[in-house]
Amino acid sequence: MYFGIGGGKTSCSTGQLPSKELFQSNKLWQVPALKDGDFILTESSAILIYLSSKYQTADHWYPSDLWARARVHEYLGWHADSIRGVFGVPLWTKVLAPLIGVHVPEEKVERNRTTMARMLQQLEDKFLEDRAFLTGQQVSLADLMALEELLQPVAVGYDLFEGRPRLAAWRERVEAFLGSDLFQETHGPILNILEQMVNKQIPKPPPEVHLFMLLRISNIP
Amino acid sequence: MGLELYLDLLSQPCRAVYIFAKKNRIPFELRPVDLLKGQHLSDAFAQVNPLKKVPALKDGNFTLAESVAILLYLTRKYKVPDHWYPQDVQACALVDEYLAWQHTALRRSCLRALWHKVMFPIFLGEPVSPEMLEATLAELDVTVQLLEDRFLQNKTFLTGPHISLADLVAITELMHPVGAGCQVFEGRPRLAAWRQRVEAAVGEDLFREAHEVILKAKDSPPADPTIKQKLMPLVLAMIQ
Ligand SMILES: N[C@@H](CCC(=O)N[C@@H](CS)C(=O)NCC(=O)O)C(=O)O
Ligand SMILES: N[C@@H](CCC(=O)N[C@@H](CS)C(=O)NCC(=O)O)C(=O)O
Repeated sequence: MYFGIGGGKTSCSTGQLPSKELFQSNKLWQVPALKDGDFILTESSAILIYLSSKYQTADHWYPSDLWARARVHEYLGWHADSIRGVFGVPLWTKVLAPLIGVHVPEEKVERNRTTMARMLQQLEDKFLEDRAFLTGQQVSLADLMALEELLQPVAVGYDLFEGRPRLAAWRERVEAFLGSDLFQETHGPILNILEQMVNKQIPKPPPEVHLFMLLRISNIP
Repeated sequence: MGLELYLDLLSQPCRAVYIFAKKNRIPFELRPVDLLKGQHLSDAFAQVNPLKKVPALKDGNFTLAESVAILLYLTRKYKVPDHWYPQDVQACALVDEYLAWQHTALRRSCLRALWHKVMFPIFLGEPVSPEMLEATLAELDVTVQLLEDRFLQNKTFLTGPHISLADLVAITELMHPVGAGCQVFEGRPRLAAWRQRVEAAVGEDLFREAHEVILKAKDSPPADPTIKQKLMPLVLAMIQ
């Protein structure tokens, strides 16, 4: 018996394992995300922490209290393993893969759906519990990071909040805190993405990006 | 009850926590959790970490999961030397950047290398196809190169002139493929020299002690069928 990722094949629909060339193309994809003078920083969680510290934002975002801050880091660590990646997949299967003519097998789409459900359950049980926000009674970087990811599948038509009243109420609290204008401004483009696709408004990716995209698609478990 | 750390030194983030606590003379009770026996799945352990993963920390009534969170908690609570996680905002951000990057990059590659090359065939008795193994090792090679080119560059340590949490998390990760018999430092003189510096900064004895288990992973006896059945779904989920 052979074992692949998730007991199946690693291949994307082309039936091939990702080649070394594919992995290397990944390197080209490192975009700097923050530039402050000569200082360049990537990774969204690192950037949020940097901004919180440098501009001394309200304490609740990144609490100075030992235990409260540890909760934020605990969430960020779990998020990196369990949320990032997983909740980005629907955007790939529904929008980005079709854009370059790749069809992601239904089996993978289904597996992703199951994984998302499992992670939402953990998010509710382990992090939200009966708190107002993920790491305590006040909104923190954890809530921002989480909501950003969760809205990606929502944008392509998965109603993650259906049947999850606690999580839906949490979403409303975070959005209310951010204020609807800021919320629309940042999420307008992503929430419109299906519409843009139907109207063929998304530009076709240039060929040099295809390799990277194939790699990402073939990595979908 | 004082500080308790729930660890299995087979796990790379556990090794980072272990070395950090020992090196900084942080007093703790070691609570061993044997992953290959499925001890992390017990109800008792779920009280400490409902996510059922190691490492986990208990400090009085406070429990904490996730290696990075644990390392930062110890850093703040015990006032360890500044170089581990600098006060300077930019120096600190570079450590955070590395700690965020590794979760999905080096962690994934090193874990897969160990499981595909050693743990599947030897411990679980499930051979891995040559194509799969080749893809895993190719991915590892690229990720390690990325570590060297993007993070180490020509610096002494990954984020600057002194050892930080980033180096500790990276070296314990790289010892996974080393335990699997991969020559990750071969043909990479810069990375090999860095490894020597990290080992020297940590102390050779402590470094060796923390890695004894992983360096013997190849000699693991095969799992008995009940354990195998219990662990298989988790292993598959873990290396997805
Ligand atoms: N992001 C977590 C990862 C923890 C983790 O995956 N631990 C592994 C050992 S390296 C584990 O306990 N696996 C057991 C399982 O998944 O069932 C951390 O950095 O602490
Ligand atoms: N047939 C050898 C293969 C060893 C091998 O391919 N090692 C790989 C990684 S596990 C390697 O060292 N690659 C070079 C590198 O990573 O730089 C064995 O089974 O030990």
